[in-house]
Amino acid sequence: MKKRSLIPILYIAFLMLPIYWLVAMSFKTTNEILSGFSLFPQTFTLENYVTIFTDPTWYWGYINSIIYVTINTVLSVCVALPAAYAFSRYRFLGDKQLFFWLLTNRMAPAAVFALPFFQLYSSIHLFDTYLAVALAHTLFNVPLAVWILEGFMRGIPKELDETAYVDGYSFPRFFVTIFLPNIKAGVGVAAFFCFMFSWVEMLLAKTLTAVEAKPIAAVMTRTASSAGYELGLLAAAGTLTIIPGAIVIWFVRNYIARGFAMGRV
Amino acid sequence: MRTENQKAWFFVLPVLALVAFNALVPMMTVVNYSVQETFGNNQFFWEGLGWFEQILRSDRFQAALGRQFLFTFLILLIEVPLGIIVALSMPRKGFWVPVCLVLMALPMLIPWNVVGSMWNIFTLPKIGLMGYFLNDVLGINYDMTQQPLSAWITVIVMDVWHWTSLVVLLCYAGLVSIPDAYYQAAKIDGASPWSVFRYIQLPKMKTVLTIAVLLRFMDSFNIYTEPFVLTGGGPGNSTTLLSIDLVKIALGQFDLGPAAAMSLIYFAITLLVSWVFYTLMTKDDAQ
Repeated sequence: MKKRSLIPILYIAFLMLPIYWLVAMSFKTTNEILSGFSLFPQTFTLENYVTIFTDPTWYWGYINSIIYVTINTVLSVCVALPAAYAFSRYRFLGDKQLFFWLLTNRMAPAAVFALPFFQLYSSIHLFDTYLAVALAHTLFNVPLAVWILEGFMRGIPKELDETAYVDGYSFPRFFVTIFLPNIKAGVGVAAFFCFMFSWVEMLLAKTLTAVEAKPIAAVMTRTASSAGYELGLLAAAGTLTIIPGAIVIWFVRNYIARGFAMGRV
Repeated sequence: MRTENQKAWFFVLPVLALVAFNALVPMMTVVNYSVQETFGNNQFFWEGLGWFEQILRSDRFQAALGRQFLFTFLILLIEVPLGIIVALSMPRKGFWVPVCLVLMALPMLIPWNVVGSMWNIFTLPKIGLMGYFLNDVLGINYDMTQQPLSAWITVIVMDVWHWTSLVVLLCYAGLVSIPDAYYQAAKIDGASPWSVFRYIQLPKMKTVLTIAVLLRFMDSFNIYTEPFVLTGGGPGNSTTLLSIDLVKIALGQFDLGPAAAMSLIYFAITLLVSWVFYTLMTKDDAQ
């Protein structure tokens, strides 16, 4: 038993090493970083974080990212709920083909869509808005949300629906007051995945924004190129991008295992 | 089971409208570019299938495609077995389970450009932890910006670091759904650990493993941001994977016709391989 738990410990240690290095770097001065190797920060400094929290271009990068991620998550889950219900409860013309077509959008390389998306959202005057990024990210998040929710809904017996209708519930009332509470975990997991994939995607987010809705990634690359090689600042900015994800994952920790199986186990 | 009801289409309509807007319009733009030649000034000339032929015959595309398949093959070869091993050795219950799961999922929640920067900082010779350790402690000559082999190893290790947890979490989800009675029965029969794995654990993980392989295939085949930030495709073209090459042609050289033709070929290959996985997966569901 002891020997067996060594494998997860080693694996987690491997995962934590680069993260530790990023965090350690963020507390070092640029001088210390460039002067050579040190395992721990020798002259501990918060200067890098102070820069980020006092410069509007920096902290607005985070706020922008959080805004479009939130819009995307709400939008994706809301449109996916009825669709997932339809796929889990009914057979209809072309259902299998439609389901696969939805999934194919998860397979399209983001690089393929970068330029057409830029043209599409420019032509409808949404370029450089939160909505543009949120809408663009639904391309891969909506299919995923449908997939996850359908898995969870299939686990709910159909008798629940029928009993509710016999009791005189209308469909919307049944869906909101009875069905939704039953798939709470599924909604949480779907929202988590939408948050995750919207938060980590940067190519489309960068392509679709310029000034107003600029995500943190764009701020990071632009600063890296204009202000030379400020590794400490870059490390601090990177460290701060880990925090929202860590908070969100802590909330869904008890559902993670099941959620990753898309409810299909 | 499921009842026949054509009104279900109304439920699917919002999703359909949203995804069609996001997928069909850009896709038609790409198709449009792929059959035309432009010299700027918004003037376009019919080109037919010329770009497709040119791309398929070009050494550059074939080399990038080869690198892409090698990359995807290698990371699947490492991540799937490693993920299974870690999932099998995880505790099933107790205080440490959520802690382990959260720590393991952490790399997946880091923005992709930060993953690239992070590994860049981590592997710098003299300054980075891994670069310093390999060069100055072990005496291995390692420099990602000069040696293609070092660059490849770094990109692969980065992907293993980033995504093995997805396989672990999926397999773990499959494992915890096995009732204790199965293990007790195996113990009474005196089954070896290997036969427990082969006849109890592996069949239970089959569905989730297919999902894992499918997701890992799609995402690794489309990978762009992490290797781009880490190596920029270099040294030379050694780590220029398909997406990196595509963006170079489309946004770097602004050759829209060839880039669009390449996009469609690229998408078709992803689609074909994913479809094979998907059919295998749903065939199992039906049984």
